[in-house]
Amino acid sequence: MSDIIDRRGNGRRKSAGNQQRFLKRYKAQVREAVARAVAQRKIADTDRGGNVTIPARDLGEPSFSLGPGGVRTRVLPGNKEFVTGDKLPRPQGGGGGSGSGKAGDSGESEDAFTFALSREEFLEFFFEDMALPDLVKTQLAQIPQVKLRRGGYRSDGTPSNLSIVRTMRESLARRIALAAPYRAQLHEVDEAIAAERRKLAATTPVAPPVAEDGSPPTDTRRLDALLAERDRLLARIARVPFIDEFDLRYNNRVPQPRPISQAVMFCVMDVSGSMDENRKDLAKRFFILLHLFLTRHYERIEIVFVRHHTTAAVVDEDGFFHSRESGGTLVSSALELTAQTIRERFPLDQWNVYVAQASDGDNWESDCPKCHRLLVEELLPRVQYFCYVEIDAAQPQSLWEQYEAARAGVRNLALGRIMTRADVYPVLRELFARKQRLAA
Amino acid sequence: MSAEERHGPAGPSPEAARVVEPEPPGVALPPTPPGPAAPGSRAPDAGHRAERMLPGGSEWTFDLIARYDREIARIAAHYGLDTYPNQIEVITAEQMMDAYASHGMPVGYTHWSYGKHYLATEQTYKRGQMGLAYEIVINSNPCIAYLMEENTMPMQALVIAHACYGHNSFFKGNYLFRTWTHADSIIDYLVFAKRFVAECEQRYGELEVERVLDACHALANHGVDRYKRPNKRSLAQEQARLKEREAYLQQQVNDLWRTLPRRPGEETEEARPRTFPAEPQENLLYFVEKHAPLLAPWQRELVRIVRKVAQYFYPQRQTQVMNEGWATFWHYTILQTLYDEGRVSDAFMLEVLTSHTNVLTQPGFDSQRYGGINPYALGFAMFRDIRRICETPTDEDRAWFPDIAGSDWRRTLDFAMRNFKDESFIAQFLSPRLIREFRLFCLVDDDAETTRRIGAIHDESGYRRVRELLSRQYALGEREPDIQVVSVDLEGDRSLTLRHFRRDRRPLAPECETVVKHLAQLWGFTVKLETQAEDGRIIPVHECRMEPRQRRVAGSAVTSALRGVGR
Repeated sequence: MSDIIDRRGNGRRKSAGNQQRFLKRYKAQVREAVARAVAQRKIADTDRGGNVTIPARDLGEPSFSLGPGGVRTRVLPGNKEFVTGDKLPRPQGGGGGSGSGKAGDSGESEDAFTFALSREEFLEFFFEDMALPDLVKTQLAQIPQVKLRRGGYRSDGTPSNLSIVRTMRESLARRIALAAPYRAQLHEVDEAIAAERRKLAATTPVAPPVAEDGSPPTDTRRLDALLAERDRLLARIARVPFIDEFDLRYNNRVPQPRPISQAVMFCVMDVSGSMDENRKDLAKRFFILLHLFLTRHYERIEIVFVRHHTTAAVVDEDGFFHSRESGGTLVSSALELTAQTIRERFPLDQWNVYVAQASDGDNWESDCPKCHRLLVEELLPRVQYFCYVEIDAAQPQSLWEQYEAARAGVRNLALGRIMTRADVYPVLRELFARKQRLAA
Repeated sequence: MSAEERHGPAGPSPEAARVVEPEPPGVALPPTPPGPAAPGSRAPDAGHRAERMLPGGSEWTFDLIARYDREIARIAAHYGLDTYPNQIEVITAEQMMDAYASHGMPVGYTHWSYGKHYLATEQTYKRGQMGLAYEIVINSNPCIAYLMEENTMPMQALVIAHACYGHNSFFKGNYLFRTWTHADSIIDYLVFAKRFVAECEQRYGELEVERVLDACHALANHGVDRYKRPNKRSLAQEQARLKEREAYLQQQVNDLWRTLPRRPGEETEEARPRTFPAEPQENLLYFVEKHAPLLAPWQRELVRIVRKVAQYFYPQRQTQVMNEGWATFWHYTILQTLYDEGRVSDAFMLEVLTSHTNVLTQPGFDSQRYGGINPYALGFAMFRDIRRICETPTDEDRAWFPDIAGSDWRRTLDFAMRNFKDESFIAQFLSPRLIREFRLFCLVDDDAETTRRIGAIHDESGYRRVRELLSRQYALGEREPDIQVVSVDLEGDRSLTLRHFRRDRRPLAPECETVVKHLAQLWGFTVKLETQAEDGRIIPVHECRMEPRQRRVAGSAVTSALRGVGR
């Protein structure tokens, strides 16, 4: 006789340990692949797991095997027109479908190995070289929790949620309802018995206790029948179950999302000729990190991309990262456009505004005071947070000095100079720290 | 330990088998007799029809599985299938992927390559490129078979008949499995291996262990004894002997590499064999385990574990066609008998046959879907054909198979299952009729000629040649290069020489250089690889030099061995 066992409840992911080993062994390749994936993704999409592809040649498991060449004799099925001794040309380069399939014994044709990373694994690799503190990592990686709130009662649930008072109330109602017809009958029978007793009491003294034929008088028989009926009804009422499955009521808990709020994030970037791919990559990481942070705290996030050289424009993400302009730089144009967009589209009573600006710090000397004025008068009073990074600049540029000056006495302005990926986080550190304090 | 059942090379997805809607029981079938009747017989008796019919529908329950299993077991016993007791385990798709990654082993030591296989399986499965196996069965006692919860009841019945009675009886009966694997102790051994590897990782570091395992995996296919039979051992004995063996082995090694000057008159140099090993050794891992000079005891044990697992899989690599053919033949025969008895409905049978035929597709060589000869198709056709030869032989069959034509088919099939492997099975039983049916032909691709030519086809003059070539195609010796240890330079630099005995001018694949590097890691000294051509010439292929400073020494035993060497 066979044993049949249900193993479905057993550990899933039994080979999780093996996967960890695999990721560890090919860390360098995976990290590179994740960086590549990040470069291709949209900012708002970073926060997902996904497929990464690493070169297959690195992860071969070699063994002694025979290579091509020499005399190979193969038996194949499905002959159509060949006879012994036919000569066939060799297919050139394997393609062309010249009529002979390649035997599938050499399966190493794929040169890329693609596999899926979970969201956690993906973010872990993404965070790795950004030098994020662990607390921040967990804060960013966690999926926003909802609060469970009481929400009435339901008829199914776990025993621990059983609401006893409600259940008993249901039970009582059901018992009353189910027993009602019998109680009504019982009432009638009781009355009939009482009437019968009265009748008997009136007649008994004159009648002989036992009739001549030995049977009880007919009158007593009717009383007995009524008494039996009464017993039957009582038993029927007693058989109504005390508690039944559909009496059960459970406390219902509904997930309640955190207070809904929305934020808009302005990504402002200088796209003049001096911003090369590497600088754009650093800028992108800076934007992603801010975006990740915002997704933790706001239900809905809008991203506005503002690029500028001498004039500024609101563009889509693709145009933002993948276009290149030349010429001079007027930062004030971007700040002005940002301020204008906020005024027109994002009323402050409905939106939290965050601005992230990335630039290599180049700006026309005469434009700087204007920037300072725009920042201090137009933007800082309106935004939750303004962070500015100067990317890969050898020494502080003119714009930096203006911003530095604006910083005095202001709490929502963060400045940072980024040379490597690890420098990105410190710029935002204060933002994270502040939110943590608020949350605590 | 597992016969891994990827049903069908093209991987018909489980969904493909769900086209038939279930039908309420007791609708369409002719009624059948009550009481113990011989399977296969049909006699109408309307009164008992409903109770004979097994419940239909596509939903399965544990109760239903048990009932179907009882019926299938009854019929299997009637046909004389001898099996280990069954342990049927129902698992999820995710667990099935887990099982895939570890070759179906229920336990296994940790290694990155299994993680890689899991990720690859997951990827192809999620993209829908491949259906998962309907089942995996493990050659153990009791025989463990996994069923997937996604399958319908007819599929579960198919899988039970296929795995729990087909494969199971093959594991128990076939001589290769009887010789090479110990169904009773394999799970114990794997548990031991897992613990041992974990212990080594703690003590010596994951990296060190991984390095040894990587090297061993590269050599695993050349780590099996092809002729010598291994001894039986249980878990308890294994552990008890572990310590003893470690000490003993190390002593042996030290002795072999002794360089201390001998006292005059103690022993003459001639007492030692001039060449070592005295005869070429084909089991590379065994040779490393016993004779590598620098390995620590725990490293030797790791080599041994990989070797034993490889040995365990050795029969399965040689009996694919037979094993699958046998199991497919029996699921078909058993379920057909159930149907003939009127126990299952038309809908049930249609669903079973749909997936049965999906599995048995054999695309022609010129088809887009061609991926080699389908072992299910060939094996099933051969077992059916043997039955046909026994039951209704033609003149051709009498001429080709005088000894089995007209004999009792069950006995003949049983004999074939017990005493052959793919290579000999095909050489013995492939009939001209099947060669015609499959339209087999052979293609000779000689790189010395400008064109390829057709060597033989399915005609009178070609049958024997095609059969011989197909049989050779399944010989492991043909598929894998023949590489042996021929010498160790005992007196000089201790280099190890491997020789590839070439046939048909077929060279080694370039990755052999990596494998040699792995072997050199284990050996600790230079490893040379050479090829012996057909005419006996020796051609050097690759040499992996091992400088003393490259050697990574672990464990104190090795350092003492080194001290003996006087480095």
